[in-house]
Amino acid sequence: MELIWEGIKKAVLLLITGDREVIQIALLSLKISGGAVLISMLLGIPLGMLLALTSFPGRRILVAAINTGMGLPPVVAGLFVCMFLWRSGPLGFFGILYTPTAMVIAQVLIAAPIVAGLTIAAIQQLDPKLRLQALSLGASRGQMLITLIKEARLPTLAAIMAGFGGVISEVGAVMMVGGNIKGQTRVLTTATVMETRMGHFDIAIALSVILLLLVFMVNLILTEIQQRGAAPWIIRTWR
Amino acid sequence: MDHPYLEVRNLIHEYDGKRVLSIENLKIYRGEIFAIIGPNGAGKSTLLRILNLLERPSHGEIIFRGLVIEPSTDKLFLRRRMVMVFQEPLLFNGTVFENVAYGLRVRKYPKMEIEERVNRLLMKFNIHHLSDRHALRLSGGEAQRVSLARALVFEPQVLFLDEPFASLDPPTKEALREDLERVIRGMKLTTVYVTHDRTEALMLADRMAVMDKGEILQIGTPEEIFNYPVNERVAGFVGVETILSGTVVSQRNGLADVVVTGGRVEVLCESSVGERVLLCIRPEEVTLQGAKDEGRDMISSARNRFLSVVRKVIPQGAIVKVRLDCGFPLVSFVTKQSAEELDLKEGQTVVASFKATAVHVIRK
Repeated sequence: MELIWEGIKKAVLLLITGDREVIQIALLSLKISGGAVLISMLLGIPLGMLLALTSFPGRRILVAAINTGMGLPPVVAGLFVCMFLWRSGPLGFFGILYTPTAMVIAQVLIAAPIVAGLTIAAIQQLDPKLRLQALSLGASRGQMLITLIKEARLPTLAAIMAGFGGVISEVGAVMMVGGNIKGQTRVLTTATVMETRMGHFDIAIALSVILLLLVFMVNLILTEIQQRGAAPWIIRTWR
Repeated sequence: MDHPYLEVRNLIHEYDGKRVLSIENLKIYRGEIFAIIGPNGAGKSTLLRILNLLERPSHGEIIFRGLVIEPSTDKLFLRRRMVMVFQEPLLFNGTVFENVAYGLRVRKYPKMEIEERVNRLLMKFNIHHLSDRHALRLSGGEAQRVSLARALVFEPQVLFLDEPFASLDPPTKEALREDLERVIRGMKLTTVYVTHDRTEALMLADRMAVMDKGEILQIGTPEEIFNYPVNERVAGFVGVETILSGTVVSQRNGLADVVVTGGRVEVLCESSVGERVLLCIRPEEVTLQGAKDEGRDMISSARNRFLSVVRKVIPQGAIVKVRLDCGFPLVSFVTKQSAEELDLKEGQTVVASFKATAVHVIRK
């Protein structure tokens, strides 16, 4: 009990005093995972919409591949990226293994299928006539697509939250392609693993609390956007 | 009514090789209300989507104001001159104001003008008090009003209505239909209206088409179609009532005289003098009497008696359908026995009578 209590006390102290290293690790985590989710949105949302609204040969296979990708184990993503970026690998000449760039790539590989897969579901649950109605009211194709995404914004933002939650808490891939190098590629999850292994529970607890707070803050902001203008459920049912 | 405003020629539409539409020619003229009626699955909604340039037909031409639509035509430009309202209101997430403003926003109207136009339309449809309400929390009638206001706010030239009242209860439907007709007539809007409700078509349409199984069976004025269905399929759908259009010329305590082409009919209705009405007379309400009996005092409560010429005698099992000409067309059902006793033949003169209470009056 003593161990845990001491750990918590020191963690609070670290958080209050604003330890420079801890803050730097937290910021890097946010930058890498935030960047990866942003790129995943740019890839996943248009791809999801395309697959939800069109039909072409091979579409089903692509959807099945995305659904598989949604459950891609992070270590497998890490392995792929590692092999490609390895000095003697096909993309080795870039020399980006063990850099934040490599970590972003690995996280995009994890988050993009989640965003794409959930976007397909979000768009498909809309009334198909809504698309015709937007076009009939004078929307161009682009305006119609924006309207549909706005209509599906609740589940689409859930997709983004799921993607962010998946990558910020992931440790396998970032460890493999980043290497947990102090001051360069050390993020909250890899640092927590390391500190725990060394028995520095106080720092590990502080890092975990920051991780939790970070996820909570990001989800709070996204929820705020998501629920804005949503029709609240006003009917009270019997228990 | 010179050049058609909207026309389709040799239209064929298929889904997976199955033909769903086959229309040789259809012309819609400027400012008219054109109804398309037919059973479910007749292809009415598909035709509307093609006319609205939302769906590309498999074969055939669409001509909008003399311009043949080609693959290279700027469809957005033309589509922005038309609009469709569906059976479901299909409102977007947001307030009533935002919904009605949609068509103006995608057309990039300035903010001031959007506000002014939206408010004007909300007034027109009596929903101004709902402006700030969330659109997805309205009643069915309110939502359909918002949907109509949203469609008309950018002053389209053609309005397509796909069964817009089908899911509303009768009083709501009635109130909305009146408001809509007032607005359409006021704007002189060319309107194509799909419905499977015959009465609705009769009330609103200037001309109408009857569709079944992807084909147009007949096009004409409501009176032409209801009185002279071209075949059994049309007759089966529109029924065999006699429909007469006329004007009220006198009114005393609910008993009105209506002048129709070729005659004068007494009916029960509250319409005032000068009002235009449609009279519907069911064939089973029309009784026949030999002409030589006329004058022999048979006191009858029937207010309407006409000397008529038998035009056609069509036996239909136990009953006989008799087409008559009494200045205007009239259809009567009599039993086989009565037909034999009266010795009904083409060219013969008979007296046709029906009660004032048997006439169903539709106010135009």
